[in-house]
Amino acid sequence: MKTGQQQKGMDRRSFLKVSILASGALVVGVGYEGPLRAGVLSNERWEPNLYVRINVDGMVTIVSKNPEAGQGVKTAFPMVVAECLNVSWKNVQVEQAPLDDRYGRQVIGGSRGTPDGWDDLRIAGTAACHLLIAAAASEWGVPLTECEASSGAVFHAASGRSRRYETLLEIAAGLPVPDVADLKLKSRPSEFSLLGTFVPGVDNPKIITGQALFGCDTRIDGMLYAVYEKCSTYGGRVRKANVEQIRKLPGVTHAFVVNGTDDLTGLLPGVAIVAGTWWEAQSARKQLRVDWEPGHADSTAAYDARADTLKLEAGQTLRADGDVDKALNSAKQVVEASYYYPFISHTNMEPQNCTALYHESGKLELWAPSQNPKGGRALVSATLGIPEDRIHVNLTRIGGGFGRRLRHDFMVEAAWIARETGRPVQLQWTREDDMRHDFYRPAAWHHFKAGIDAGGKMVAFDHHFITFGANGETVSGAGLSPDHYPAGLVPDFRLRQSIIETHVPTGPWRSPGHSAYCWAYQSFFDEVALAAGRDQLEFRLDLLSRSYGKPPLDLNRTSGALKIAAEKAGWGQRKLEPGRGLGLAFHYDHGGFVSHVAEVAAVGSGIRVLKVWSGIDVGPVINLSGARNQVEGAVVDALSTAQMEITFANGAAEQSNFSDQPLLRIDQAPEIECHFIQSDNAPSGLGEPPFAAAAPAITNAIFAATGKRIRELPFRRSGISV
Amino acid sequence: MSNVTLNINGANHTLDVTPDMPLLWALRDILNMTGTKYSCGIGTCGTCTVLVNGMPMRSCVMPAISMAGMAITTIEGLDPAGHHPVQKAWNDVDVPQCGYCQGGQILTASALLKRNPNPSDQDIDAAMSGVLCRCGTYHRIRTAIKLAATYSADEGGAT
Repeated sequence: MKTGQQQKGMDRRSFLKVSILASGALVVGVGYEGPLRAGVLSNERWEPNLYVRINVDGMVTIVSKNPEAGQGVKTAFPMVVAECLNVSWKNVQVEQAPLDDRYGRQVIGGSRGTPDGWDDLRIAGTAACHLLIAAAASEWGVPLTECEASSGAVFHAASGRSRRYETLLEIAAGLPVPDVADLKLKSRPSEFSLLGTFVPGVDNPKIITGQALFGCDTRIDGMLYAVYEKCSTYGGRVRKANVEQIRKLPGVTHAFVVNGTDDLTGLLPGVAIVAGTWWEAQSARKQLRVDWEPGHADSTAAYDARADTLKLEAGQTLRADGDVDKALNSAKQVVEASYYYPFISHTNMEPQNCTALYHESGKLELWAPSQNPKGGRALVSATLGIPEDRIHVNLTRIGGGFGRRLRHDFMVEAAWIARETGRPVQLQWTREDDMRHDFYRPAAWHHFKAGIDAGGKMVAFDHHFITFGANGETVSGAGLSPDHYPAGLVPDFRLRQSIIETHVPTGPWRSPGHSAYCWAYQSFFDEVALAAGRDQLEFRLDLLSRSYGKPPLDLNRTSGALKIAAEKAGWGQRKLEPGRGLGLAFHYDHGGFVSHVAEVAAVGSGIRVLKVWSGIDVGPVINLSGARNQVEGAVVDALSTAQMEITFANGAAEQSNFSDQPLLRIDQAPEIECHFIQSDNAPSGLGEPPFAAAAPAITNAIFAATGKRIRELPFRRSGISV
Repeated sequence: MSNVTLNINGANHTLDVTPDMPLLWALRDILNMTGTKYSCGIGTCGTCTVLVNGMPMRSCVMPAISMAGMAITTIEGLDPAGHHPVQKAWNDVDVPQCGYCQGGQILTASALLKRNPNPSDQDIDAAMSGVLCRCGTYHRIRTAIKLAATYSADEGGAT
């Protein structure tokens, strides 16, 4: 085994490791020291993380380290390796890695998979390719520079010779490992042949034939099935429960109280019922009688009343540029409007579940549809007192993430129940459990005032943001950066914040914060542009043409995405039928610049979203199919989410299933057209950026089509049905 | 417990179930056929769809014992090799994102094409509007059904 190393970047020291397996396969791994320390076990010792394995039959195995929840990483990451290794995609097979510290970050969150993985994946593929070329060159006795690799073979054009990779493995393994800094990594779209093409997902063959992939598909010999009843109010505790009676019910093997912890993101108190089939456990649950010591008594009505009081107060000033009061006083026109959006749930199609096997030796094995398995392992370790190195986590495919599975209550519950019963157990939540025990995206109120000068420019912006918190600090998903636009785009700016105390669990929800407040900002910009008598596109491009101090976002890339969406939609270029309207919005979050233009038709008392045109700049596109999928899905998700609302009464969520919280259906879904700006910037992720601007583009189009301005979500609060 | 013989994907299975156990859980927990997925449990989302005598039905609300004598097709049985026109189109269009609802989508689409080999957008919306997708793959479902219709035509009619 050989290693090569090279200083790289400011804070990373990258390593390559090459070895040959007993099977004759060549293995290349990448590691680096730095914040994530992938592949590094200690300063002296590290082991390869097996990014790529070239087998003796010519097949190439590429390991996908991150969990897959539909964001497409299990296809996109291996495509990057294959591109740099110069192998045919048909000869690639993809393996899902388990949780393994050697892979560094294994998280779905923040759209960071692509930007974080970009270097390592290219290094692994390029290094392997380099070694194989060098092996052929040495065999032929020709300079390495005269050889080229393509489709899994090395070619020497001058002599017409070629060698398949699989015939070079042993020689390659004996060569010096190249320094990372000497590798020439492909980085521009013009250099790619596989990247940027339309590649169907690697799990499709299993999905379309119903093979086991998801967390709930896990089956282990002797496995039992569990349900877990928790208090409907958050933080409620069990005083007593009729578990003796439950144990006598058909199929039930175990029923017991779990005292749990006070951590609302951890093991909540409850009652576990375990049976031979899930249906038997769930049927027994209907006979369960629990005397609860109730938790907190939050309610939507109390939140609303508190928000009404707080809006009259000044709030805490988070940022003040210039003198916004003076600027508003001297403005030619002041536009004022308030926006509100409710709490919403994640509503993954696969309700939370986890399978756990506790061995008598004290080892614990988990099969978890988790977006952050390392975080889940840490919670399980801390709660059960099992060292992390005694816990093995298998990553299953995930039936929808959207941020919900960055919390690990379902993992710690399954682990606890499995240890208590001494049997392999699959915990499966019901849809009702899932909707009532979510980590919701918090509601908020935005009170805006904008000043317009004589030239129609927005020159002052005052914003009172009323959000949720605990002990005076905003809770997860409830914060707003003081540097968010339009800060920096207007000379006089002020952001004030007031906090409503809450005990409801909240958490990240697909592009946390952005997915909500972009709608408020971009709707209000429409109102300001209208008051100023300006075209919505021209007003926004003008707003993005200058900054005061540090720009809050890349003005050129934001404008570029907006321009292409508007151009493709025929903004200002075509006459619409009566009762139709176009609306647009821009946004930037998680590294991606995405604008949308929506066309809406008024239909009776409701509306129909006909089509959405999207302009996207996330640097080079890796998988065209996966990239489009994220955009198309985000648009539908945004329209769907704008119809949803979770309310609380006496501390409990009032909605529990699709019957009272419907998702968008196919007949309500628009056509979507994606236009990518393929720039030479490093690629960024796409799971989140396409979401934020979709809802305001649609509501702005609704205004254009119907004259109705939606200032409260869901739509039905404004009398609009989809 | 009740004894019932179910015909699933052309094979007979005799199993013991509680009288109210839905077909979904008999498939998943007794037969370990996990292709059929649970999502709402009240027949509203269509994720758990199976074909019963060729008709799409919600397996989460149909007691298994009521299914005796009927021909049940699950996603595992549509074509285990994945060569059914709808399966091929689903891969070629790359419909799935998370993939969890897609078994229900594919079976519902296959039933649509069997009775209507050349569906319009309106026909597709009417047939498919009962199957929810949280990832938002609707746009591609329409495209894939139209593509599958051409594959079916090439093969002399929907299978």
